[in-house]
Amino acid sequence: MTDTGSLEQRPGRPLEADPWSTFTGPAVAADQVVAVTSFRRFLRRFAGQPMAVGALAVLVVLVLAAIAAPRIAPFDPLAQDLQDTLQGPTSEHWLGTDELGRDVLSRMLFAARVSLVAAAQAVLLAIALGVLPGLMAGFLRGWVDAVISRITDAVMSFPPLLLAIAIVGVFGPSLTNAMLAVGVIFAPRFLRVTRGAVLAAREETFVEASRSIGTPVLRIIATRILPNILSPLLVQTSLALGFAMLAEASLSFLGLGVQPPDASWGAMIGRAYRFLAQTPTLVVFPGIAIAVCVLAFNILGDGLRDSFGRDTRGAGR
Amino acid sequence: MILLLGRRLLLMVPILLVVSFLVFGLVVAVPGDPAITLAGDNATPERIAEIRGQLGLDDPLAQQYGRWVGGVVQGDLGASLFSGRPVATSIAERMPVTIGLATLSMIVALLISIPAGIIAATKRGRWPDRVATFLASAGLAMPSFFLGLVLVLVFSLQLGWLPATGYVPFEVDPVLWLKHMILPAITLGAAAAAETTRQLRSSLSDVLQQDYIRTARAKGTRAGSVIVHHALKNAAVPVVTVLGFQVAFLLGGSVIVEQIFALPGLGGLAIRAVIDRDIPVIQGVVVFAAVLVMVVNLAVDLLYGWLNPKIRTA
Repeated sequence: MTDTGSLEQRPGRPLEADPWSTFTGPAVAADQVVAVTSFRRFLRRFAGQPMAVGALAVLVVLVLAAIAAPRIAPFDPLAQDLQDTLQGPTSEHWLGTDELGRDVLSRMLFAARVSLVAAAQAVLLAIALGVLPGLMAGFLRGWVDAVISRITDAVMSFPPLLLAIAIVGVFGPSLTNAMLAVGVIFAPRFLRVTRGAVLAAREETFVEASRSIGTPVLRIIATRILPNILSPLLVQTSLALGFAMLAEASLSFLGLGVQPPDASWGAMIGRAYRFLAQTPTLVVFPGIAIAVCVLAFNILGDGLRDSFGRDTRGAGR
Repeated sequence: MILLLGRRLLLMVPILLVVSFLVFGLVVAVPGDPAITLAGDNATPERIAEIRGQLGLDDPLAQQYGRWVGGVVQGDLGASLFSGRPVATSIAERMPVTIGLATLSMIVALLISIPAGIIAATKRGRWPDRVATFLASAGLAMPSFFLGLVLVLVFSLQLGWLPATGYVPFEVDPVLWLKHMILPAITLGAAAAAETTRQLRSSLSDVLQQDYIRTARAKGTRAGSVIVHHALKNAAVPVVTVLGFQVAFLLGGSVIVEQIFALPGLGGLAIRAVIDRDIPVIQGVVVFAAVLVMVVNLAVDLLYGWLNPKIRTA
């Protein structure tokens, strides 16, 4: 790994010199130095992006609010009050009430838990399904790559949402099945990102060096390839969380995801759109919540991408 | 070019094979017995056995798969478990609505993204770029059903300019058709517009830094002409890739949009089938959509060959 971060801090060091001429300590210590300085460089670059830092802050607040939902929700999210239905925002109910008189703010706080956990589950499943075959395809190449790539192509030729709907249709509507479906449709993305990163990493001199001194394949993958594909995977994870949240919202909107009385933000809109003419805020607040959350994941993903990796033209933007 | 076409068609064969396995696998994966579902609550075991026989569920899997694929190749997607109508007929009836919606959405996406992408790339870092980039990010983050409902709220319920729901076939009245389709097409096309704008911005800014663009400018070619005649064609390659992907997203997203605007398209058919667990209909719609996406991607690959002659021989 070229480590321009440490080079910047020691300006006198000749760039093209034999790297071993300045090498004094044992290899492990050198690895740690590289790891620490590249992490610092990542932090420095990330801190230089106000949008990405802001997005991270928004997400942290949302996660904390979701965790603390039982403590901070002003009302029981399931408590009905049929005297007080379809209200717009009032001083008592800050975001109004739904068609059964339930407090929208409280419901949204609890729905945040469902939406965030569902997105995380789907992405974890996508990582579990995508990364290992991606590693194999990229590292082994040949017929393994050909078979895995054709399966990926096939899965990617289904319209994603339609495939998710079909999977839910076969196994029955529930949040678990919806997240299974979303995980399956996102797995090819992780597979392709992993495969691409492995293909690039295996051509590196340090991998060739490891191979030439007879390091076992699994050890090369674990110590040389994996650390180098982590950053594209992390970027992809952030972007996929946003898309998974959209997919969950879409399925729940159609009534194919989370089932009543539980609700996610998408499910809340799915119920509320019949009352669009009377109480539009019922649709607007959960919709804004989804959009803000997905936007935050996307901005965070872009910010991570710009903070990782080597200095390229435009990385300093 | 013919070589490229032949190679791409050959590449499609294994993919089609895997697609057929996956879609057929849906039936095998169904928990429970469709015959029991179909026979209703008080069915006798004899009646269930009779239905199993009719559906061919007692045959070996390989035989069932062969029969299904044989039918699909000849355009026979089976019949609905409930209405008994041929799935291919239902799809053919509803296809024009969905294809019309997807096409119009693509036009909306291009009408927004081409100017927006060019402005963002040529004014990079300045306020028009920032506005376009922010709108594109917001467009990607906004769930389509939310955007659709907001559009209905503003343009149908508040202003009363456009109908909120319903459909008029194009051949009956093109003007009414367009009126019913504008809001759905904007709803569906917004995300595609956002993605295409981002892609065009990044590929066009890369191209604009190339030496031949500097040469063209140095010769005194006007700025507009540099972009239209020199830069856009090269910047279009990655954009066309994204557009190819968008077709799959548009077909998937149309399920939601058709639901919001009550359009009688494939999406409604799929949702109905999912609720009824009408597996042949689900299979039919999914296979049809997958093949459609593959055909579009084939067209995209051929378009590459035209945009970049190097790819033809690569």
